[in-house]
Formats: sequence, C-alpha cells, structure tokens
Amino acid sequence: MPDDDAIRCDACPVLCYIKPGRLGACDRYGNHEGQLVRLDPHVVLDRAVSRGVSIVPFLDRDHEWDGNIVGGPGTFVTAIGAGTTYPDYKPAPFIISSHVEGVDMVTVVTEGIFSYCGVKLKIDTDRHLGPEQNVVRAQGEPVGHVTTSEYGSQMLSLGGVRHLTGGSRREGTVTCETLLNLCNGKAVELQVDEGASVVVQAGKAPVVDGVVEERMRVGCGSATIGMFAKQWFGKVDEVVVVDDHITGVLSEHQAGKLLGVPETGIKMRGRRSTPGRYFQVAEPGTAWGGTNIDDPLSILQPFNSRVAWPGLRLLMVSTTGEHSAYFELDDARLPVECELPAALKESVSRIRENCEPALCTVLFMGGAGGSLRAGVTENPVRLTHSVRDALTRVTCGGAPVYIWPGGGITFMVDVSRVPENAFGYVPTPALVAPIEFTLRLTDYANLGGYVDQVRSLAAITTDDDRRHVPARADNPWPLFPSKSQEGP
Amino acid sequence: MTGQRAQISLLPDGRRLHLHDGPIDLIVEAFGTADQVRAAYRAGAQRFVNVLDELCAELALLRQAFKPDSDEPRGVVARRMAAAVAPYSERTFITPMAAVAGAVAEEILAAMTASATLDRAYVNNGGDIAIHLQPGQQFVIGIVERPDRPSLFGTAVLKATQPVRGIATSGWRGRSFSLGIADAVTVLADRAAVADAAATIIANAVDLPGHASVVRVPARDLAPDNDLGERLVTQEVGELSSEEISRALDGGEQRARSLLSSGLIRAAALRLREQTRVVGQIHRDGLRVPVLERSLVSA
Repeated sequence: MPDDDAIRCDACPVLCYIKPGRLGACDRYGNHEGQLVRLDPHVVLDRAVSRGVSIVPFLDRDHEWDGNIVGGPGTFVTAIGAGTTYPDYKPAPFIISSHVEGVDMVTVVTEGIFSYCGVKLKIDTDRHLGPEQNVVRAQGEPVGHVTTSEYGSQMLSLGGVRHLTGGSRREGTVTCETLLNLCNGKAVELQVDEGASVVVQAGKAPVVDGVVEERMRVGCGSATIGMFAKQWFGKVDEVVVVDDHITGVLSEHQAGKLLGVPETGIKMRGRRSTPGRYFQVAEPGTAWGGTNIDDPLSILQPFNSRVAWPGLRLLMVSTTGEHSAYFELDDARLPVECELPAALKESVSRIRENCEPALCTVLFMGGAGGSLRAGVTENPVRLTHSVRDALTRVTCGGAPVYIWPGGGITFMVDVSRVPENAFGYVPTPALVAPIEFTLRLTDYANLGGYVDQVRSLAAITTDDDRRHVPARADNPWPLFPSKSQEGP
Repeated sequence: MTGQRAQISLLPDGRRLHLHDGPIDLIVEAFGTADQVRAAYRAGAQRFVNVLDELCAELALLRQAFKPDSDEPRGVVARRMAAAVAPYSERTFITPMAAVAGAVAEEILAAMTASATLDRAYVNNGGDIAIHLQPGQQFVIGIVERPDRPSLFGTAVLKATQPVRGIATSGWRGRSFSLGIADAVTVLADRAAVADAAATIIANAVDLPGHASVVRVPARDLAPDNDLGERLVTQEVGELSSEEISRALDGGEQRARSLLSSGLIRAAALRLREQTRVVGQIHRDGLRVPVLERSLVSA
C-alpha cells in the first residue's frame, strides 16, 4: 500500500497503515509526526474500562481468580426526574430498598423544590470584577452580588429567595433561569455594576470583558518571593516579582532578610506597604503580572549607588512566570539586560508550572424544607437529626454534598459532579434539584419512615423508562453505608 | 505470540470480564451460578485469544467488496461476517468488515454458552452486542446517541420470548467510518452480526448527498488500508435545518422498513440531531424513545 507518509503499525496482526495525526483501527496506536506512539486506552461506551489501572488480573498465575462473583448492587436510583409531591405531605415519589454489604438500605428519592437556594460562584481571576457588595446582573436584572474574594479568585453569590420571589416577576424569572443554566453546566453572561462583564460556565475558564483567563497566578508578588526565595538564594542578588496587586522585592522582603540577602540599593516606584511589598507599581493591564508595563525597568528608580555594586545580578519576573528578564549592573550602576542564566530559567519555569488553569466553579446551595422532609418521614425533624448523626446520607443526583452545620438540612454540591441536566425549575419561580436520603431500613422505620411504601430496587430498575447514566468514578458510591459522610 | 498479546482481566467491579486484543475490545458479563460464570469466562477467554489471528489471516479478502460470487472465507468468524452481509451484496457495496464487531461478539458468546449453563449473558463489542437469554430472563438495554457523550437517549427491554439476540449501533461519530450522517442507528436483530451489517446499511442511508454542511473525505486519505477505499466518509456535519434532518431520516427509515419487511431486523432507532425515528415493534415493553424529556412538576 504505497502511501508515502503513512507508517505501518506492528502492534498487532492487523498491521494498519496509519497516516500522520491518525490512529489505527484500535484507537490506541497512532502516528505522531512519523512515530508510532501508544495512547491511553480509548473508551467507547464503558467508562469503567478507562480505569484500566485498577483492572483485576484474570487467570493470572499468582492470583488465580477464585470465581466468586461479589460486589454491591451496581445501580443507584437518583432523584433526577423523580418528580415531587410538593406541597402535599405525601410519601416521596420513590422509596427504594437495596442490599449493600448485607444491610438493607433505603434510598428516599425525591426532587426538591428549592425556593431558598442559590449558587456560589468562584471565578479564578485576579482581575477586578467590581466592588464588593455591588449588584450582579443577568439580562439587566439583578440576580446576586459580589461577595468577599478568596485567594486568587473573585466570588459571586447569586440567587436566594429575595431575587427569586422578592423582586419583580422578571427579576425572579431571570434569576431562576441564570441559576438553572449555571447548575446544568451552561454558560451565562453576567455584568457587575461599575465592574466587568464576565462569562461563566462550570468547569470552564472565565471570560472577563471578552478576554479568556488562562492561568491563576502562583500567588501575589510577595507570596511568590516567599515561595521561591530559597531557590534564588546565592544564584542572583535581587529579584523583583511584578504583580498588579503586590509587587515583591527579595532583598527587602522578610523571606530575603531571613536568608541573609544583603541590601542592593534598589528603589521601586509605587507605594510601599510593608518591607519588600509594593502597591500600585503601575496601572492594571494585560502585560507583566497583570499590569500595563512592557518594560520592567519602568517600575524601578535608579539604584542607590552607595549600596549597589557593579555586576549586581537582578531578576525580574511576573507572578505567572510568563514574563521574565535578567539584568546586571554596569559600572554606573545601570541595569544592562543579559541572557537569563540556566539556573534562573529553571526557577522561572517553576513559577509557570505552579500556576493552575483558571476555572469557574459552581456550588449549588439549598435547604431541604419542611414538606420535602415530610415526604421522607412522618416526623420531619427526625430526618434532620438522622442526617446530623450521619445515619442518613444525603446525595444530590448521586453526588456527595456538604451539609452546613447548624439547624435544617442546608447543603452544597459541586454541580459538575451531578449528572447532566439534573436541575429543573417550576414557575414559582424556584429551582428543582434532586435529593436522595440513604439510610438503613431499620433506621428508616425508627424515624417514622413510610415503610409500607418501600419498593425494591429490582422493581424500579426494570422499568424501561429509566435513564441509566454511568456513575462518576470520582464520586463515592452513594450506597456505601453512611457513618462516614464526607464533604465535597 | 498468541494469547500473550491479548489482555484478559476482570473489571474493578469483579463481575465483568474485559477482553482486549488489537482493535477488539469486549466487555462480557454472564449471570448464573459462580461455577458456571467462571466456566463461561474461561471458555470465552480461551476462544478469544485466537480470534484476531484468524481474522487477520484472511484480512485482505474480508476487506474486499462482497459479491454474490465472492469466495467464501474459511474462518468461523469470517463466515459469520460474510453470511451477515450477503443479503446486501447484490445491490450495494459492502464488505464483510461491516459485520466484524457483531460476528466476534457472537463467537465469544457461543463459546461461553457451549461450555456453561447461564441464566443470561452478553458480549459487548464497542456497542455491538450479542445476547443470551434463558426462558424468563430479560435485559434492559440503554441506547447512547453519541459515543463521546455517553448518556442514554432510550432504553429497550429484551425478553427471552422475543427473538432478538443481537444489537448494533452505527453512526459517523463511532469508531468505524460511515457513508451517512446519522448520529446513531441502533438495530435489534436476531443475531449480532446481522444487526451490525444492518446498522451500517441503515446509517449509510441516513444522508443528504451533496449537502454543503457535510464534510466528506475519501476513507483512504484517513486510513490507507480501510475497506471503504476511495469512498467518501463523513467527518463533520454542520448546520442542518429540521426539514433537512427529516429528509435525511426519511431515507434511513425507508431502508430500515425494507429490512424489517424482509425479516433481517426486528426494530431500529434512527437518531439525527434532535429527531428520532423508530421502526418496528418488539413488544409492549419494547423500544421507547426518547425518555430524556424531563417532565417538570408544577408547584
């Protein structure tokens, strides 16, 4: 088969000819720039196979398989699409029993209607999205506000009963739609009053004023000095980490002092905060370290010539490691750019390696109210106590939740761990989210559960209008007995 | 070499068997007593280690268009493939490779059921599935629309009283090339190899010839030794109007109906974008599509 750029794979007897950039019939071996390479096992339908590392050897000489067929039930019924009986005090739509490790487990499956709910949005960016407390809008309607920021991230709090039902009809509808889209993994455009426009989507990089945020900085300039001071010590006399927020200077910084880095006579522009930490060395922008400068020397004043010495070695680097420059002082104590020495190159790429990709993450937060709990048991407060005592495991579409301490059942869930399109809405407006309570059958009877309504798992899963979705490998299996409830 | 190359292992759930050799990747599950399941897995694995070598021994023949007067291949699996594509050979271009996945699944299942008494079992070869059911048993089968997004768009219940023992899915997003534009055509037939060939034929018939939004490339440019040669295979499907989607599905449905009336298939579900066609009835509990539309409950 004369095909000049195809290579022949000899990994198996099919002996495929593979063109550059293509895979063979197996989807495992490919032609990468003329080389035969093996790729990770490709999975077509069954996600379990992708966890090839934990595959149990079969007919292996040392551990011959003993033929035992073990394992808990492989099916967990989630509340997605289960419906709800709200506002009636009726048993939840499905109460299902299954055997797990010899214990009769009950899962009460319902879709909760959450008027008290919202999302907490963490947006990995150092860009200023808008002043704290300012209103966040979608389609012009107020849907939430800017809340206190976190390390390397801006935080928005959206939804809540006031926006859902306390404002105009349109405000409620738009809030509900915004929450629903965010929870179902769709992109939403938000505008902060006196601030930026930002496109957010769970698990994706934020887009701030039309610019995709690629990476989080490793830390502020001062933190970067702290993290890397030891690696620089002895290899360079002075380091300036350029950052729009806090620019760090090694010789003046506490970390440099502790190492015994001598004074260098460096003089920074901007406003000194504490030793070695400078605010406002330049204007915000998209160049070095989130500032507007292209020439790093523009943030320096002339060195103090009584302290600085000829040959003094100076590294300037940004907080993402994307920009760097190396200088040595000449006899007039003026910096002259030189090639970055290999030892410093390594530390610059180390900064780059330590920057994580910027993401938006969405946590849904809601409280299970009276009627929802009444669908589980005739004595709702006992369910709350049972959740508190970790006898009952709460999941959201099978995903683990964090239960906020204190009264009620207020939980948070990472929406990216919930199956696709698990959230819905009602015209109230309010969000519909799946919620499952799993507990031992005996415990269920003790807390006044609807034991006569319990249906077997087999009776449910052989119904043909159930949607079966593969379990996510990174979620704990919801049916493993509780008493070890973990947060997200 | 044989048998050392193949990977044979139990999946982490401890129940399903994973068989892998070259391009063949099978997920097997048998139900019955522990002894019988063990015997079945052993027999399946023993048969498996020779299958790829047998096929490759006459690969050149299997990649040629199958004609009514074509030479009969020698191997057991290859003969299953040839028999499955034979009904189409007079009117259509088809090679025995169109049924390879289903034929391999059938062969392994046959080896298992010959050596053990099982309540039920399946051999899933990347979506082409051979099924065994003892009287009174059934399987719930999920249907995936896009292999790269494994969420179900429908389920079917297969009961022992129904004749269906093979399921196959074909579409341009799958592992094999397609001449058509269907996202997925799932076929239920009496045997897996038959279903496999039929799914290929029906998926090829879901098409909009010459449509500007469909990107087609000669198969040979992608894989020099592919059995489709110079034929144009679908690589991308762009914007389609709902009228165009409907027209493309009409072609596939017509083909599916003719296969249904000739008894080659029992049912088929054809999916293109948001439209679905279902041909054939299996049973009251039969193929029901779609099931994903959530019903919202009013407060």
